[in-house]
Amino acid sequence: MRENVQILRRDQGVSFPALLLDPPLMDAGDLDRMSSVGVDVQCRGRSGNFVQVDHRVLQAGAAEPGLEVMSTSEALQAYDWLTEYRWRAVSADKDEFTRYAREHARHGYFIRVLPGARINHPLQACLYLGEDGLTQCVHNIVIVEEGAELNIITGCASGPRVGSGAHIGVSEFYVRKGAKLNFTMIHSWAEDVEVRPRTGTFVDAGGTFISNYVCTRPVRHLQMYPVSHLRGEGAVARYQSILVAPPGSRMDVGSRVVLEAPATKSEIIARTITTGGEIISRGHLVGRVPGVKAHLECRGLLLAPEGLIHAVPELEAQAEGVEMSHEAAVGKIAPEEIEYLMARGLSAEAAVSTIVRGFLNVDIPGLPPALRDEIDRAVALSREQGA
Amino acid sequence: MLTLEAFDVVVEDRQILRNIHLSIKPGETHVLFGPNGHGKSTLLNALMGFPRYQVAGHCWFKGLDITSLPVHERARAGIGLMFQRPPTIRGLTMREILKLCAADGVPVEDLAAELRLETFLDRDVNDGFSGGELKRAELLQLLVQRPNLALIDEPESGVDLENIGLIGRAINELLGRREPRPADAECRLKQAQRNAGLIITHTGHILNYVEADVGHVLYEGRLACTGNPREILSFIQKNGYGECVRCLNHQPEERSRVDA
Repeated sequence: MRENVQILRRDQGVSFPALLLDPPLMDAGDLDRMSSVGVDVQCRGRSGNFVQVDHRVLQAGAAEPGLEVMSTSEALQAYDWLTEYRWRAVSADKDEFTRYAREHARHGYFIRVLPGARINHPLQACLYLGEDGLTQCVHNIVIVEEGAELNIITGCASGPRVGSGAHIGVSEFYVRKGAKLNFTMIHSWAEDVEVRPRTGTFVDAGGTFISNYVCTRPVRHLQMYPVSHLRGEGAVARYQSILVAPPGSRMDVGSRVVLEAPATKSEIIARTITTGGEIISRGHLVGRVPGVKAHLECRGLLLAPEGLIHAVPELEAQAEGVEMSHEAAVGKIAPEEIEYLMARGLSAEAAVSTIVRGFLNVDIPGLPPALRDEIDRAVALSREQGA
Repeated sequence: MLTLEAFDVVVEDRQILRNIHLSIKPGETHVLFGPNGHGKSTLLNALMGFPRYQVAGHCWFKGLDITSLPVHERARAGIGLMFQRPPTIRGLTMREILKLCAADGVPVEDLAAELRLETFLDRDVNDGFSGGELKRAELLQLLVQRPNLALIDEPESGVDLENIGLIGRAINELLGRREPRPADAECRLKQAQRNAGLIITHTGHILNYVEADVGHVLYEGRLACTGNPREILSFIQKNGYGECVRCLNHQPEERSRVDA
């Protein structure tokens, strides 16, 4: 496997070679699928690249000083200390999927930003399922050292030839003192793919972790509940998720933040839409020390009568003086809103898309324009089916 | 501009308006008086074509039978509605909605400044607006939309004294009229006006700022007492709507028909 890896080093300048067609592994359809989840196949304007197709790493490298990108298996050989970070933010015994990953994980990305390095351009990572019926299992580790900053865009998708398969991804993120990690993950799977990300994040004093998650394509069953532990004073975690569940899809997605240190803050925002699928939108805030602040917001839109959204917001205060709140609202689009926009000259279809776009209007940097079209398409489809 | 013939409106199996005959010519501003719950807003909403208002009879606009035209096509044809209780639309900013409904070449920013709404442009549509701010935001959208017929639902309600003049100026601009000066208020100078308006007023207060040509009283779903709006208003203020009804009852049915 290793001989196919393009190992790139930072002295090679700021651009990477474009992702190449590699028959029979990848064709133009694959590159389209990668683009649809925010991967720039020309690799322009990226500080680093990591591309793994099935069990094989195609590209791994960094283009800015202070940034390291390689496969986790390579990193484990390079750094003895890395074993201390492995299975620390996520327990290997958490469930059957983590146990499977402990035995079977192949590669995944290792990304590290050296202390004080502020990486200008986003780094892109792509975990791609190319072969039908395969189980891709990866173990990712990201370490943003003290005072460093990084923006990661991860696109995970399955290829046009994939009907069924599975993706199991263990991810462990370490945001050290005063560091900042902005992590955006976009998923696009197929109708018969099972997806089980298992993610844990430790945020130290003064650190900030921002996680954005988007999934608008069919998936048989997606289940994840990433957890952040705010371990140092003033640490911050913010989760934003956008889910659109088409008919036949089941998405059970939540975010959990444990506020363990004084003056820590968190916000969890979820926007969910069903066009016929089932969504369980969870959120869990745990306040362990006095004076922490956190807010949870779950909003859901039912665009098809057969869809289901189940919002489960949880607040758990384990100390006095914690300030935590939540708001949850699930329902259809109010007809008054549609009529209001129609009275301004918009057709019913345009009014609905405008309202849905507004509903999904959370600020996520790096969202590919194609994704907006994708969301519009899903909404238009649901209206046709409902008519 | 607008002609209603034997216009009936039913909402959820309840008849709200019956046998309305009304004609509004280009350049005319009509006001609609009447107690709460007697069908004033229903008439405006039915003219806009909202589906829960089932209508019978005919509605002509600029020579076109719009009786069964959907809402957005009426808007595109040139009918604009100032909502009495506009909904909040989260995630859509004022700037975006103005862009969506703006006619070509409309100076959105200037109009927003005129209505003291420049700081509202990046806020979500109607989100957390006060009563007066809602009215100004509605008028701003109409000014940008430039309808030929403006349907204006209680423009003065919830507006403080400081802002009512502003609202009045905006309505005059919308209708292509200027504010009546005290000296010529009674002269009813006809100006070169193209646009038409139908304004609901409960208190008549807006008439101090906007000159109207024709007044109507809508009572128990029927149109009555058509005539000089100031005379009607002062009659109502002195004698109440009840007297109006008696007046109406003494008139044969066809007298409620207006061929102004």
